[in-house]
Amino acid sequence: MLDTDVKVVYQRPRGFEELPTHYCPGCTHGVAHRLIAEVLEEMGELEHTIGVAPVGCAVFAYNYFAFDFVEAPHGRAPAMATGIKRSLPDATVFTYQGDGDLASIGMGEIVAAASRGELITVIFINNTNYGMTGGQMAPTTLPGQVTTSSPMGRDVERQGYPIRTAELLSSLDGAAYVVRRSLHDPKNIRMAKKAIRTAFEVQKQGLGFSMVELLSTCPTNWGMTPANARVWLAEHMVPYYPIGDFKVSSSIAYDKPKGRD
Amino acid sequence: MQTEVIISGFGGQGTLYAGQVLAYAAMDEGKQVTWIPSYGPEMRGGTANCTVVISDEEIGSPTVKHPKAVLALNLPSLDKYEDMIAPGGCLVVNESMVNRKPERTDIRVVMLPANEIAREIGNERAANMVMLGALLANMDILPNEALEKALKNHTAQRLQKFVEMNIQALRRGGEYRAS
Amino acid sequence: MALELIKGNVAVAEAAVRAGLVSYFGYPITPQTELLEYLSARMPELNRAFVQAESELGAINMVYGAACTGRRTMTSSSSPGVSLMQEGLSYISCTELPVVIVDVVRGGPGLGNIAPSQSDYNQATRGGGHGEYHQIVLAPASVQEAIDLTTLAFDLAEKYRSVVMVLMDGSLGQMMEPAELPPFQPIKTEIPDWAVRGIPGRGKHVLTSINIDPPAQERTNIRLMTRWQQVEANEVRYKGYYLEDAEYLVVGYGTAGRISLSAVRAAREKGIKVGLLRPISLAPFPFKVLSDLAEQVKALLVVEMNNGQMLEDVRLAVANRKPIAFYGRMGGMVPFADDVLQEIEALAAGPLSQEEHPRDRWLAKMRVEFGTGA
Ligand SMILES: Cc1ncc(C[n+]2csc(CCOP(=O)(O)OP(=O)(O)O)c2C)c(N)n1
Ligand code: SF4
Repeated sequence: MLDTDVKVVYQRPRGFEELPTHYCPGCTHGVAHRLIAEVLEEMGELEHTIGVAPVGCAVFAYNYFAFDFVEAPHGRAPAMATGIKRSLPDATVFTYQGDGDLASIGMGEIVAAASRGELITVIFINNTNYGMTGGQMAPTTLPGQVTTSSPMGRDVERQGYPIRTAELLSSLDGAAYVVRRSLHDPKNIRMAKKAIRTAFEVQKQGLGFSMVELLSTCPTNWGMTPANARVWLAEHMVPYYPIGDFKVSSSIAYDKPKGRD
Repeated sequence: MQTEVIISGFGGQGTLYAGQVLAYAAMDEGKQVTWIPSYGPEMRGGTANCTVVISDEEIGSPTVKHPKAVLALNLPSLDKYEDMIAPGGCLVVNESMVNRKPERTDIRVVMLPANEIAREIGNERAANMVMLGALLANMDILPNEALEKALKNHTAQRLQKFVEMNIQALRRGGEYRAS
Repeated sequence: MALELIKGNVAVAEAAVRAGLVSYFGYPITPQTELLEYLSARMPELNRAFVQAESELGAINMVYGAACTGRRTMTSSSSPGVSLMQEGLSYISCTELPVVIVDVVRGGPGLGNIAPSQSDYNQATRGGGHGEYHQIVLAPASVQEAIDLTTLAFDLAEKYRSVVMVLMDGSLGQMMEPAELPPFQPIKTEIPDWAVRGIPGRGKHVLTSINIDPPAQERTNIRLMTRWQQVEANEVRYKGYYLEDAEYLVVGYGTAGRISLSAVRAAREKGIKVGLLRPISLAPFPFKVLSDLAEQVKALLVVEMNNGQMLEDVRLAVANRKPIAFYGRMGGMVPFADDVLQEIEALAAGPLSQEEHPRDRWLAKMRVEFGTGA
């Protein structure tokens, strides 16, 4: 055995079950899952975390994470997370929600949770459509984008304009950390991971509500190969949904925080 | 008289479409007919099947435990449905996608390499029509021409260019007889 | 007759369009989504209103508003979404507005699954929202019936200023059958005089569900109840099969009803004199005919895709005069005709005790067959 030269450079995070996922090939839900598992492992939080799954393609997220999970009614994850966090203030609590779940049916709950400064972290998957139900229009669907319920392309006159959720929530005083990242290439994925880490640190430090919006692909309902879907994301989504920090509370200390190892 | 047919394969093999062609043909022949798919998460890349019931009177259940005929376009379908076919029924197997022969002896079995045949005609995706042709040739459900007529009458304008190929596929499938 | 091979969900949508639907409001949910998707193209094409709401809460209240204008409006959803709409349905009922809602029921409770189910019978027929109100519930068993009942639903809604629910299940929504669509009705131009329309010189109209004064609420409820009596007197619908010489009776609606039809035929082939009653209006329920049939037959079998919800209405009608057996599957499981046939054979083999509740007997068998789940 070449035990001197062999170095592990990549392995399944401890926060993951050893299971194939049900996500479509090339879907970035898997990438987002991995980043969360890595961050929680690095922070030593795996044993203290409770996740809240949405209704959407990620409804089965609880199958893949190796820690406690609950599953919320459509859009209500921030309310359930609130109940959990208020009952177990020391736990790390996060929701994982799609754009239909969070920005359409669940807009009330997310706004209320953010404005209360609820100490939860929200991972928000923006893939511009309702994946699970077969690709209907979402609040995030781009102008002109064809979906199964905007068959002529989203007509902003009749169907309104897309919601920039991160910007919207950033206006709330209870929100401490609200940023947007993307999952379309390695550089952006690394940036996304850093942001997820910060969001969880914000929760640990009790600074307020934290959310990371992640621009994601849905190759199946977009009718594209995974590679083309990433290009489409970069070319169409990023210009409409700029990557950036929309709310970073001044008390956030970026470098220091350590987990509870 | 009532005949139930299950058509089963991978998503993308055109099983649901084949069932619809059969249902259109039955409707045009003045029969009662129901077409019902299995739907749900398993459809995404998994197996897709539908049940077609053809009858002379008002149809009760649109699904059956023991169908008179099964078209198995792949191995999981053969494994799942072989035992369910009613005795004396008919099993059409796509030889191109299975690695075993059916074991039942109380049913009629038609084996045919539907993918190869369809490829010869010009498009592997016509394998579903090859299978359907074989079914009608081996079971007295509808006149053979009914399917061809249905294809001509109920194919959308932009897809009419495929009708000839599908008809050929039906005919080639119709050359196979139960062993 | 121009028959088309048409999918249940799409058939209902097109039937509504032809009934003169002016506005549709909905939210995607399987196994109903094709209905919404179809209308997302069809309504704008005809210059009529289609809105994908932000939620079912939004959708039902958009319908509430649209109904206040006296023009034909509808929504559609499936179980979890219809649960969210219950508040709106209660308000709409109290405001006495005509609204059509299609519920393509799926397995529950909770998020459950998307398989066909009849588990929302109680919610639909008892009025799932708060307060005392009734809604008309129509349960088609075929695509043609779904079309016909959708057309009827709009007429009944207006006639009785009531919510009319078309209660389907996932399999009927997904199924294709040959069916004939009705001719186009023109959009109604005359607007009922209770509607809000903002026309000067007609006097002010207020539509509300608040009666802060309890006597006023009581009077409203008396009016609602009186109207419901008329519905009960005039709108009972059902279909009977092989009833004439029936010694046994199967009762089932919707998909369970048509599955039972296959079983009844098979039983007849075996010489069992069994008939089928398939209620079409679940509210009002066909109590009278069932009560008469209870005199005629030796025993009854109720078949449902739930835990015995219509069973309670059948028991009310039979009033312990004859033994009743129950066969149900739950959680999105659909019975096969063969299973129902076995139950009919057991029924005919008799005798059945009238002591125990039919549901208890059934549940004991289910526990043995499928485990307790505990
Ligand atoms: C009350 C209710 N309404 C509707 C649905 C149906 N439904 C399931 S998932 C979903 C949308 C999911 O889309 P999104 O949140 O964008 O997540 P994605 O699947 O794209 O990851 C909907 C509408 C439901 N389950 N419950
Ligand atoms: S439907 Fe879209 S979002 Fe859902 S798993 Fe497939 S690719 Fe991902």
